[in-house]
Amino acid sequence: MLMKYSEVEPDESTGHLAPDTDTVLFANRVEKTYGNGTRALDEVRLRIQRGDFVSLLGPSGCGKSTLLKMYAGLESPSHGHLRWLGTDAPAKSGLKIAMVFQEATLMPWANVATNVRLPLDLAGVPRAEADARVAKALEPVGLAAFGKAYPRELSGGMQMRASIARALVTEPDVLLMDEPFGALDEFTRNKLDADLRSLWAERLQKLTVVFVTHSIYEAVYLSSRVVMMAARPGRIVADVAIPESVRDDEFRLSDGFAHHCRDLSARLLSASGGDVGH
Amino acid sequence: MKTPLLQNPAVVKIVAPLIVGALLLTIWQVLCIAWKVPIYLVPKPTDIIATLWTDGPGLLRALGVTLKITFLAFFVAAVLGVIAAFLFVQSKLIESSLFPYAILLQVTPVVAIAPLIIIWVKNPTVALVVCATLVALFPIISNTVLGLRSVNPGLLNLFRLNGATRWQTLVRLRIPSALPYFFGGLRISSGLALIGAVVAEFVAGTGGTGAGLAYEILQAGFQINIPRLFAALVLISITGILLFSLMAWLAKISLSHWHESEMS
Repeated sequence: MLMKYSEVEPDESTGHLAPDTDTVLFANRVEKTYGNGTRALDEVRLRIQRGDFVSLLGPSGCGKSTLLKMYAGLESPSHGHLRWLGTDAPAKSGLKIAMVFQEATLMPWANVATNVRLPLDLAGVPRAEADARVAKALEPVGLAAFGKAYPRELSGGMQMRASIARALVTEPDVLLMDEPFGALDEFTRNKLDADLRSLWAERLQKLTVVFVTHSIYEAVYLSSRVVMMAARPGRIVADVAIPESVRDDEFRLSDGFAHHCRDLSARLLSASGGDVGH
Repeated sequence: MKTPLLQNPAVVKIVAPLIVGALLLTIWQVLCIAWKVPIYLVPKPTDIIATLWTDGPGLLRALGVTLKITFLAFFVAAVLGVIAAFLFVQSKLIESSLFPYAILLQVTPVVAIAPLIIIWVKNPTVALVVCATLVALFPIISNTVLGLRSVNPGLLNLFRLNGATRWQTLVRLRIPSALPYFFGGLRISSGLALIGAVVAEFVAGTGGTGAGLAYEILQAGFQINIPRLFAALVLISITGILLFSLMAWLAKISLSHWHESEMS
């Protein structure tokens, strides 16, 4: 059963800002053109509601990572604007935004606990409180016993878990993830996907996740909503709800899962005229 | 199972070069005896060792003078080099305006400017330290700049995302990232400081401060006391190797817990 998200009402205003407590992230007619003329994004409009688990799905070059970086405030659009809870800067919105990158990006000279504590240290949280929160963050990712280990002593999957713990230690409102499990083997990835989904489910209606991936299966398994993008120029071609509430190994094998995957593949194919990117 | 002694990497690392050294010295000794090479052309290794023993105290005193200049110059170069590197990474404008002059320092031969410095600076020790510092400075600047710039862009984004101040980014990210490069610079500069000190002493010559190892070499040359000249050379080489090892050891104890270059 598919549910198409209704087109959001036009919002052409660029100056007037109305506080909007449900739309956590909003991109309005956002464009990004690089110096060499590459159009990474073309008139992208995307409204993300509080508590959503949204996957940005698409081939490489469709601008999904660029859009994610804009939501993080790490990049600005060439045209159009972004809104965080209706404000024009992440800092003004009071949103706590955390990001997980393609690589674990841990500081190699610091142990896992110090790495996870970094956002708290930067925010000036007292050491004792910070240590307690680090211990609490390491627990759900299964690294409670590895606080003193150095990143090089951990496997790729464990490094990624440390990276997720670092993102969650601030108890963020928004978690932005840029192909976090792309470099991992399929078994590790499935396990981490399952763990991530339950971490999100525990904070239902509080934690908003935007997850960039090029795997249709991963997007369908994780998300409450899949936003499909196509390349050249980067644009949104489909916006599909995945309503099933139970996500377990059974779900991966279910007809519904297969149906969603087929549907998304077909949409991607028709949108890119058979050329699914390189 | 017991591994044969010669397959133990630690033993090989020490024993192999020692065997090569002993072999070369033996060949040297045998050739000198076989061809009856006069001592004022090429002394035998045994002559050099004998001279090291008899002239040891005098040469060591000279070595002390050279070492003092070397360490002072190395220290000043390290401090100035790091300060310059921090300045350079603050803005592209500062780097673009000043970096060519840092290169100028590097490419100007110290022998060419040492006479000027010795004329300008009254205190001979200070003059020699200035010369040696000029030689040792550049590797520290360029390596530290490289290190401060080669920060993982992902970590830089992470710091930005968490609202890190410039200072926090410097202390918690840029400096640790730069450390391996900084130690690489120290390693090169330690040898260069010694070379700079000796070269500057040469230029200052017998009329200058005297008493350094270069002065001893010059004197021994004038007196055709070739074994003493070789003995002084041996002392300089050993000092250079010890300085290099000291820097390597410093890098090892500071980085071994995380950096690939220093892992065993």
